[in-house]
Amino acid sequence: MNVIAEISRWAIPLILLLIPVVAYLRKVPVYESFVSGAEEGFKTGVRILPFLIGMLVSIRVFVDSGALNIASTWLQPLFTLLGLEPDFAAIIPLAIMRPLSGSGALGVATQLISQYGPDSFIGRLASTLQGSTDTTFFVLTVYFGSVGIKKYRYALKLGLLADIIGLIVSVWIVTKVFY
Amino acid sequence: MVNLIWLLMLVIGIMVSALNGQIETVTTSAMKAAELGVEVAIELIGVMSLWLGLMRLAEEAGLIKGIARIFGPAIRRLFPSLRPDSPALGAIIMNLSANILGLGNAATPFGLKAMQELQKENPTPEVASPAMITFLALNTSCITLIPATIIGVRLKANSANPTEIIGTTIVATGCAMFSAILVDYFIRRRRKT
Repeated sequence: MNVIAEISRWAIPLILLLIPVVAYLRKVPVYESFVSGAEEGFKTGVRILPFLIGMLVSIRVFVDSGALNIASTWLQPLFTLLGLEPDFAAIIPLAIMRPLSGSGALGVATQLISQYGPDSFIGRLASTLQGSTDTTFFVLTVYFGSVGIKKYRYALKLGLLADIIGLIVSVWIVTKVFY
Repeated sequence: MVNLIWLLMLVIGIMVSALNGQIETVTTSAMKAAELGVEVAIELIGVMSLWLGLMRLAEEAGLIKGIARIFGPAIRRLFPSLRPDSPALGAIIMNLSANILGLGNAATPFGLKAMQELQKENPTPEVASPAMITFLALNTSCITLIPATIIGVRLKANSANPTEIIGTTIVATGCAMFSAILVDYFIRRRRKT
């Protein structure tokens, strides 16, 4: 664990050191090449701007309305019916939020962790879920949008399927490891 | 499907706010989100320029080709439609490495770069190519070794062991990534025949 943490700490400084030094030794005009590559950053940023705004507006209106809390209240009896703990419904907003918005999901996870405690079942499950899947829906729309793809074909289904499997495995592994 | 989800989120959000008697949240949320979009994009321009600049250096020094040669054989098997010397492979490898190390702000520039390279080899510019779909499936389900943000949250919440969820996270992402690769493989095979 410490080794991995050290690697993430050193990764960026080492990359910043090694690439320019190696490039210089291989007779690349380092500064000029860097600048010409960096130019692309601006273009890409401007190109994804409309997709970012479009998605964020729709997601925020949905999330801030409190629709997710209503959904989880509705689902609570269903979970009791299935023989699961009613507390379990608390994880539903996070599971729905995770593919939509990174910061939104982090907000929900943080709230769950402080409400139920970091070392409770919900706390551990929320942590695992937050650390595991990515913001599939958001990434897809921005990445595809940046190069002008309009037809996603089966991409969204595949990404969401992976998210659902991530959710099921999270529940299973947290139960298995800690209980 | 995206159009429908986008519309549904808006409609449900506005309806729920109206029923709660808090219709003004819609206005503030929409305005704030639009501003946030610009903030995110501007921030992204900074880090993106930094990483794309470094990537150009690495390319011209032949480093990307070297990396692609080392990790290429494994990655190439997942992208059979790409040319073996495709420049997209280098960007894909950089993106996945950044994801695995949890370097989120480095992953996005490499990912967008990979998409641009994949688009150059896409015969149908408005329709996603199989290679793009494979890449995005890998990208969104990618294993993370250190979920640093959530460990920070747990630390602040006085967890007895903030890092205890690393193992469970790796198992969960590992399974998600593996099944994404598997399902993608079968979809591609079925569509080809």
